[in-house]
Amino acid sequence: MIVQTLCFYLFAAVMVASAVMVISARNPVHSVLYLILAFFNAAGLFVLIGAEFLAMILVVVYVGAVAVLFLFVVMMLDVNVAELRQGFLQYLPIGGLIGLILLVELVMVAGFVITAPEVGEAVARVPMPPPEQVTNTEALGRVLYTDYVYLFQASGLVLLVAMIGAIVLTLRQREGVRRQVIAAQIARKRSEAIEVKDVPSGSGI
Amino acid sequence: MEAFLIEYLPILLFMGIALGMGLAMVIASYLLARQRPDSEKVSAYECGFEAFDDARSKFDVRFYLVAILFIIFDLEVAFLFPWAIALGDIGLFGFWSMVVFLGLLTVGFVYEWKKGALEWE
Repeated sequence: MIVQTLCFYLFAAVMVASAVMVISARNPVHSVLYLILAFFNAAGLFVLIGAEFLAMILVVVYVGAVAVLFLFVVMMLDVNVAELRQGFLQYLPIGGLIGLILLVELVMVAGFVITAPEVGEAVARVPMPPPEQVTNTEALGRVLYTDYVYLFQASGLVLLVAMIGAIVLTLRQREGVRRQVIAAQIARKRSEAIEVKDVPSGSGI
Repeated sequence: MEAFLIEYLPILLFMGIALGMGLAMVIASYLLARQRPDSEKVSAYECGFEAFDDARSKFDVRFYLVAILFIIFDLEVAFLFPWAIALGDIGLFGFWSMVVFLGLLTVGFVYEWKKGALEWE
C-alpha cells in the first residue's frame, strides 16, 4: 500500500514537472521529449488505478507514434526559436482564452463533487464488472463494440478522414521517375534479352 | 487490486535499476575519467562534419506521410485487442460492428494503395 502511494506521488510529480517543462523549454525538441516523459508517467498512473489497457495504449499509440510524429513536425517545419518567441504576444489572447475555458471547466468539475455529490454517485452506479473477475481489456471490449457502436464507427470514420486527408495534403508524384516493374522483369524472355552473333575471326561485327 | 499491482512490481524494479545504472554511468564517467577539454577535440577534422550543429533540417514530406499512415493502422490494431478478448460475450453484433470498422479502413487502404502513397519512388 505504501509503495502504491509512493508510486502515485512519484508519477504525479514527475508528470506535472515534465508537463510544465513542455511549455517552458526553449528548444521545441526538448519539449517533445518532455511530452514523452509525461505520457510515460500518465501510463504509470493508469496502471495504478487498474486501467492497464489504457496504460499500454498510451505507451504504444502516444509515445510510439504521436510523439514521434510531433518530432517529425518540429523537424520538418524548420522552426526558428527566435521566430517562435516573436509570436508569443500575438497568440497570448487566444491561448489565454482557451486556458481560461479549461480552468473554468476544471473548477466546475471539482465544484460539482462538493455541491452535488449525487452526480458522482450516479456515475459510480454505472454497472462495472468487478476487477477480480474481468480484466480491464475485456470490460472495455464488452461495451465498446455493442453499447457504443455509433461512437466506435465514428472513430473509424475519423481515422478514414485522417488517412485520406494526409494523402491528399502531402502526396505529390514526381515526374520522370523510373520505378521497378517486377512483372515486366519476370515476364522478360531470353530471346528478348540476349542475342548470339556468330563473329568470324579476323573481322568485326 | 493489490495482486494486480504486484504483477507490475518487476517493471517498477527494472525502471529503478535502469535509472540507477544510467545515473551511475554518467556520474562515474564525470568523476573518474580524466577530463582535458580542448577546442580541437570538438572541431571538424579537415572537411568533416561540424561536431555540433542544428539537428533540425528539412526533409522529405513523405516520411511524415508514412508515419501518419502507420499511426492510423496502429490505432486500428489497438481497437482489435479488446474485441478479440471479448468476442465471446458480444456476439454477432459486436463481430459485424468490427467488420464494418475494418471495412471503412480498408476503403482508405485501397485508396492509398491506388494513389501510390505507399510507393517510394
